[in-house]
Amino acid sequence: MLGMISGIGSIVLSTLSQVGGIFILFGQTLYWMFIGPFIGKAASRKNIFAQMVFTGANSLLIVFFVSFFTGIVLAMQSAYQLAQLGAEMYVASLVAVSMARELGPVLTALVVAGRVGAAITAELGSMKVTEQIEALQTQALNPVRYLVVPRFLALLVMLPCLTIFSDLMGMLGGYVMGVFNIGINSGMYIDITIDFLTLKDIYTGLIKSVFFGMIIALIGCYMGLNTSGGAEGVGRATTVSVVTSFIMVILADCILTGIFFFSQM
Amino acid sequence: MENKEVIIEVKDLVKSFDDRKVLDGVNLKVHKGETLVIMGGSGCGKSTLLRHMTGAYKPDSGSTFIKGKDITKMKESEFDNIRKIFGMVFQYSALYDSMDVEENISLVLKEHTKLAKDIISIMVKMKLELVGLRGFEKFLPSQISGGMRRRVGLARAIAMDPEIVFYDEPTAGLDPIVAGVIDRLILDLSKKLHITSIVVTHDMRSAFTIADRIIMLYEGKIIAEGTPDEIKSGKDPRLVQFVEGNPDGPIQFFQNSGEYLEELTK
Repeated sequence: MLGMISGIGSIVLSTLSQVGGIFILFGQTLYWMFIGPFIGKAASRKNIFAQMVFTGANSLLIVFFVSFFTGIVLAMQSAYQLAQLGAEMYVASLVAVSMARELGPVLTALVVAGRVGAAITAELGSMKVTEQIEALQTQALNPVRYLVVPRFLALLVMLPCLTIFSDLMGMLGGYVMGVFNIGINSGMYIDITIDFLTLKDIYTGLIKSVFFGMIIALIGCYMGLNTSGGAEGVGRATTVSVVTSFIMVILADCILTGIFFFSQM
Repeated sequence: MENKEVIIEVKDLVKSFDDRKVLDGVNLKVHKGETLVIMGGSGCGKSTLLRHMTGAYKPDSGSTFIKGKDITKMKESEFDNIRKIFGMVFQYSALYDSMDVEENISLVLKEHTKLAKDIISIMVKMKLELVGLRGFEKFLPSQISGGMRRRVGLARAIAMDPEIVFYDEPTAGLDPIVAGVIDRLILDLSKKLHITSIVVTHDMRSAFTIADRIIMLYEGKIIAEGTPDEIKSGKDPRLVQFVEGNPDGPIQFFQNSGEYLEELTK
């Protein structure tokens, strides 16, 4: 009994210290992002662009596939329901709104957490276990400025961009299904999409993706920088990082959707 | 040696990891321009001592002074200025994997100086010439051998023309010839550039070649100190055992605790 209680206690304590560590890392990242440039220590532009290419441009293909097929599936599933009411043409609005508000941001975040978040943890983790992080510190190069800020900025900017792309590709999938299979008139499909989709559908989705980007970057970097235990440790940190990011993205989605829902946004 | 300027001073340093006391009241002075070798068996705390001098670890009590300033009580931004006067060579080189040899060496110059690109490129060539690797600028760390990586690590450590260079087991895992090359490089650097060197090693041959002064660490304490000749003729049985590499002696290889028979029949 006592063993169980102390076991739970130690899990709670280590979780709390990790949460604390992530917030400290967040604070340091903000410091180097906003104060750093004014004391002549901005993050290198070359690194930021390299990370943006890796995070954004190189994720386009996988985001395209996931979103396009999700759009097709959404169209089929909703057509099956709406056919009973004789309202198949509203497939268009259903696909558009659910992509923009929910599926675009969340699916993109999950794909990017699996692809980019894992890569960040694996890279920083192996730098940690081979003493490269210590080497940076010894050379008076702050690891947060040099490694975390470029990755954080890249995710902060590129995840909303990828989300917009994902929204569009999902709608394209719905369009292909709706027009060529369900038989909705092409012009009408586009009209209904535009009529029903409001600006707030899009920006609530984008606000979500900004938060998701920060979550993925911070968890990925924190897990990487705190890796210990050689090659096995890098593997473990990467798994923990991806799983934690997934859970936190869904949790944040739930909270943010709640806020938008109850504040009538 | 007595009237020489003290560049690093360690005072009553104590450090524990969990419940194990790794450093137990270490006092140490390093004079400007000398090569000090810290030797001792694995786990005796020599790497930990080195990391207290580079500021990577904070002590439980005691302090480290570099050029008269207490680095344990310093703010990070202040300490960064001290970091610029020293370089460090890591046990497994710790070169940045994603950068080629030239970028590895030039990174610190680009970040901390306002030198023009072509000047930095000339400086990189000079550092590589010193370690005998000119022409390898565009190779990635994964494309060169372990001994070459160690030499690039050395070139990186001296990129900013430091006053102090720390070496963490610079010859570990290298064949005797390459180890000899590294030894000669360390000697050359301290003689030609008047760099103060602090070398952690358990390679006796290397220690006797390069050292001006040797200290031996055992269970977190300094048990012997002197010139290589004094160490060779030292009478402390623990020192004699270590220098001769004798498996039997006062330093026990087996670190079991508890009664063997008791544990077997439990």
